[in-house]
Amino acid sequence: MVILTTILQRIFYAVMLLIAVLVLNFSMLHLAPGDIADTIAQASGGADADVMEQIRRDYGLDQPFFVQLGQYIGKVLSFDLGHSFFYNQPVTTLILEKVPATLLLVITAQIFALVVGVLLGVFSARNPNGMLSHFVTFVALLGYAAPVFWTGILLLIAFSLNIQLFPSGGMIDVTVEGGFFAQTWDLLKHMVLPVVTLSTIFLALYSRLCRASMMEVLGTDYIRTAKAKGLSENEIIYKHALKNSLSPVVTLAGIQFSAVISGAVLVEAVFSWPGLGSLALQSIIARDTPTILGILFFSALVVIVGNLITDMILRMIDPRVGSKG
Amino acid sequence: MAALLKVENLRIELTTRDGIAPVIDDLSLELNAGETLSFVGESGCGKSMTALAIMGLLPDKVGRVASGTIMFDGEDLAKASDARLREIRGNDISMIFQEPMTSLNPVYTIGEQIAEVLRRHQNMDQAAARSRALELLDAVRIPNPKSRVDDYPHQMSGGQRQRVMIAIALACEPKILIADEPTTALDVTVQAQIFDLLRDLGKETGTAIILITHDMGAVAEMAERMIVMYAGRKAEEGPVDQIIEHPRHPYTKGLISCVPHLVAQLSDDRPELTEVRGIVPSLMDFGRDECLFSSRCERADDKCRSSRPTEMKFKNDQHSACWQAKEL
Repeated sequence: MVILTTILQRIFYAVMLLIAVLVLNFSMLHLAPGDIADTIAQASGGADADVMEQIRRDYGLDQPFFVQLGQYIGKVLSFDLGHSFFYNQPVTTLILEKVPATLLLVITAQIFALVVGVLLGVFSARNPNGMLSHFVTFVALLGYAAPVFWTGILLLIAFSLNIQLFPSGGMIDVTVEGGFFAQTWDLLKHMVLPVVTLSTIFLALYSRLCRASMMEVLGTDYIRTAKAKGLSENEIIYKHALKNSLSPVVTLAGIQFSAVISGAVLVEAVFSWPGLGSLALQSIIARDTPTILGILFFSALVVIVGNLITDMILRMIDPRVGSKG
Repeated sequence: MAALLKVENLRIELTTRDGIAPVIDDLSLELNAGETLSFVGESGCGKSMTALAIMGLLPDKVGRVASGTIMFDGEDLAKASDARLREIRGNDISMIFQEPMTSLNPVYTIGEQIAEVLRRHQNMDQAAARSRALELLDAVRIPNPKSRVDDYPHQMSGGQRQRVMIAIALACEPKILIADEPTTALDVTVQAQIFDLLRDLGKETGTAIILITHDMGAVAEMAERMIVMYAGRKAEEGPVDQIIEHPRHPYTKGLISCVPHLVAQLSDDRPELTEVRGIVPSLMDFGRDECLFSSRCERADDKCRSSRPTEMKFKNDQHSACWQAKEL
């Protein structure tokens, strides 16, 4: 019951936060210089004063700011994100078309970074002065220092151009025939480089944090108790120590989730991955306001849902989270 | 009867920044089945180190048994393999610690933490271990065990957590229970309850208890025999009542006069509460051939400062490592 009310409370806060994001996004784009009607007119090859007036009326641009804002929020709450000038399609359709690709990339990269980061962290914490530990430190430093697009381009040159292991871009190869298995294999091959590129920096972060928190946990009294019980080293590490040292890593992963999404924009550009990031880039260049607003809104939604999930996972890991006393 | 545990000429070395220090130097002791033996001494005298050495839990790469034997059931624990030690730990020899607040894993239920040791050593399945855990919670006098078995440590008080630790330690009915200052972190009323519990359960199961403490009052209540340790060496050993009655080592004497209620009335002999003046020598001086207490001892003479006292045995089974033990 307590859990349920907490979840409901969280969801209520999340909706409030989303509305705040909507207001902020809309206001900022409204404040930005330039007239949307101009852009639309320009796209259709120019217009006279009457047509401009017509455009303004059609899109509700002649209304006062607060009326426009109210209408916008009302529409969004009924899942209508507006109509794209540039693509001439409803924004919701546009976004939903691109979402699976981005989510696939973002979630795979996040999980990859977490799993590999945690494993590297655990291994190096078991022997903090060993070769592996120094190697992890080195890789972490490198991963943290290298910009995402640079890593991406280097990987492309190495594993797509010189050693032709992986395709250089896109998500699927339309020429691939065969059943589900062949297509999945093709998708996986396309995913390797973007996922590795996107996850490098986060993998570095998580492994360093996991190493530190694991080392701290291994020095605690309850680990001594576990040893006094005669448990094996693996039981001590993977049962008693790991669950305790995960909390900070999961917390960081939750905070970094938004960074993974913004990183995806760059990775999608480098690997021509057909996701939200590419859509965002094109619509910014085209000054397609409704699409930009829609993408911003959707990213905020994903981040908020991500935080909600993080919170739930933390509760599952550590019973002390959220309990009073 | 042969002793259950027999430690002979144990030397434990600790690697410090300044070099190697013998934190335990030539210590011998015997523990008989079912008895309660107490290690007494101030912080840093090596009580816990001895316990950790018996458990095979000396800090990795820092501490090691340099020489001597720890014979348990005809087996030298100082030379036993890690795997063999893991079989013994928690099963034949178990240990409870000073800090009940942090000694239990915060992310597992107490029921699981008790059941785990049963599954490990007694080959019990999930269900059997759980029902045995319930019995154990009842045995350590936690009210309504059924509703507490799925609680997490943070839902319990310090005293209750120490009871859970005792339940874990006694789960496999060990032959030896080492209690390292089990009540130091608890408040006084709870201390008495924990001691009662340890004494009763020890009697029931026939477990021998090594009680490590610096509380002479607790020793007087709990233990039959005691070993007073100072700076890694044994100062005095013998039956508790004999030693309290007539300490044969100036350090023991000093410790006893620090406790208000051991002697009912303040007499001419002992007009007020006192302290043991001075400080313990530094770790690097532990190996010197002298009485390490001489720097704090009023009776110290040249002999005390130039050679290590040999152990003197008295008729009442009291042993003292003091050159002047006879005159005391």
